[in-house]
Amino acid sequence: MAIAREAQPVGSLHEVREAGLDREDLLGVYRNMLVTRGVEERGHILYRQGKIPGSFYTGRGNEAASVGVATAMGPEDVGAPLHRDMGVHITRGVEPWRIFAQYMGRQDGPTHGRDGNVHMADSQLGLIAMVSHLPAMLPVATGCALAFRIREEPRVAVGWFGEGASARGDAHESMTFAGTRKLPMVFVCDNNQWAYSTPTHYEFATEHVADRADAYGFEGVVVDGTDVLAVYREARRAIDKARAGGGPTLLECLTLRMEGHAVHDDAFYVPKPLFERWAESDPIERFRTWLRDNAELTDEEEDEIASGVKRHLATALERAEESPQPDPANLTEGVYASPEDLDTPHHK
Amino acid sequence: MAELTYLQAISDGLRTEMRRDKRVFLIGEDVGVYGGAFKVSLGFQEEFGPWRVIDAPLAETAIVGGCTGAALMGLRPVAEMQFADFISCAWDHLVTVAAKQRWRAGTPVPMVVRLPSGGGFSGGPFHSQNPESSFAHIPGLKCVCPATPEDAKGLLISAIEDPNPVLYFEHKHLYRRIKGEVPEERYTTPLGKARTHREGDDVSVITWGAMVYTADEAAQQLDSDGVSVEILDLRTVMPWDKAAVLESVRKTSKVLVLHEDTRSGGFGGEIAATIAEEAFEDLDAPVKRLAAPDTPVPFSPVLEKAYIPQVDDVVGALRELAEY
Repeated sequence: MAIAREAQPVGSLHEVREAGLDREDLLGVYRNMLVTRGVEERGHILYRQGKIPGSFYTGRGNEAASVGVATAMGPEDVGAPLHRDMGVHITRGVEPWRIFAQYMGRQDGPTHGRDGNVHMADSQLGLIAMVSHLPAMLPVATGCALAFRIREEPRVAVGWFGEGASARGDAHESMTFAGTRKLPMVFVCDNNQWAYSTPTHYEFATEHVADRADAYGFEGVVVDGTDVLAVYREARRAIDKARAGGGPTLLECLTLRMEGHAVHDDAFYVPKPLFERWAESDPIERFRTWLRDNAELTDEEEDEIASGVKRHLATALERAEESPQPDPANLTEGVYASPEDLDTPHHK
Repeated sequence: MAELTYLQAISDGLRTEMRRDKRVFLIGEDVGVYGGAFKVSLGFQEEFGPWRVIDAPLAETAIVGGCTGAALMGLRPVAEMQFADFISCAWDHLVTVAAKQRWRAGTPVPMVVRLPSGGGFSGGPFHSQNPESSFAHIPGLKCVCPATPEDAKGLLISAIEDPNPVLYFEHKHLYRRIKGEVPEERYTTPLGKARTHREGDDVSVITWGAMVYTADEAAQQLDSDGVSVEILDLRTVMPWDKAAVLESVRKTSKVLVLHEDTRSGGFGGEIAATIAEEAFEDLDAPVKRLAAPDTPVPFSPVLEKAYIPQVDDVVGALRELAEY
């Protein structure tokens, strides 16, 4: 039996306004979702063209979850998003050309070719670069929340993990610590039902991952991760609660990973009817319909947004392709930080 | 100057930095009310409060990973592992996250992990290890191994000030056994600068941590045989003072590399290889290594004595070199 609260969908424009978004914000959310998918679709093409070394990962089907949570974050909040969370980078303002440069291992990517795919972050935008070991970013995000608590700052840390990573001890230790100390922290579980080829019932034995929150002394919430407005509303509640000293929340966004684990994987192990069922709940299509039905989105506006995104990404691709390869002569630089590296506002 | 034990000097260094810099905080198991398993932070919580001296749950991953996050947010965390051995539970967070963050993401992680290490009192396989070589091998981490009270304070302050993740190995067998003069004011001892513990002309011993004292006793014995032994205390194994090692080797032409960690893959191998590469022409004898055998640390006093290099072992090795 489920323990976590199951969140309801958002109904009307009025309800959305109450949650803090006006019509312009909603169009911005829609645009961010289009950019998120557009970046990954173009990345996929670059990969097939042989321009991306290594492998390539996308978060198709997770656009509402990632954009919804990031939209709820405040400018001073920090987050540690993962490989299905491109929407967080886009919403926080990372420019797509730098993401394409990162994909291709070029000098202008956030890691300058030192790390690949979504292993990147712009710290100036409050983001922390992920590592492959999941959910290793949860203890790090918890540490950010600890810093905010020590300094008594009204800031919140958001840590992402997948339902597969929920099996590892990092998740347990982070939630234990954040729960005991009531840290200003939101745990976001991207539950896309498949950890590579492993289904959820081999990852956890409860009905929801969020059911565990009760055991750590805070609230667990399950939300339909294809409903961007419901995700936003629940994330906003959780973030506001954390900011007010109410402690952590575990927010589980339920989606289906609509592609393989990475480009090499055709996901043969996922039953076809499951894909078909979730395809009917495509996050972007769903939000577009909602906007038309509830916020009077016109054909002209829709075309304008779509063509704007297309142009934006075309320019970004061109710019990224012009970015130079990293210089091997600099390979050994920066292994160790120098004191000047701490010459930033938040290290003072 | 005050005479302090090695342990008191560590407390003094930590207290000095916590008083000077509000960003510094201590987190670990039982570091608050109890003052830490070895009482390094006794009385700290009363002085600095519960949010700067934080009793963590028994969760090394959360402690070290949490310090990484707090460091990224501009604080200067100091984590205490109850025993250095438990750092294995946080390996991922040091090696995977903290060590690589500056190089790949451009964001420095200024933090210190204090690691009560070393054997000599029947701690057994899980309370006696010296894992510095494992971490010295990881680009991005620094490893500090003070031997004297004065260095214990100065190196700790340097470690806290350093913009990188620093592992501070404090040798448990020195905690209350070793006393020395320690300046009362704040000072730093630079990382990567060796200390000549004893000057000599005939043989060099390159070592660090508790083995400095084992080497010293051995050197005194050889002194009566007319063999003059130089002891170089590396103080930090990453970065390590290659120039000082090579200088000492060029002076004496014979060298013993001594450490309490196990032999194969131990940091002594790196030092010996460097000497072979860069000072081969200056050597009058093959470089000798003396270290623990390649086994876990044993519990029984008889076995542990056979495991940790003893004064007699060092005397034997030095005589062989002297006679070569």
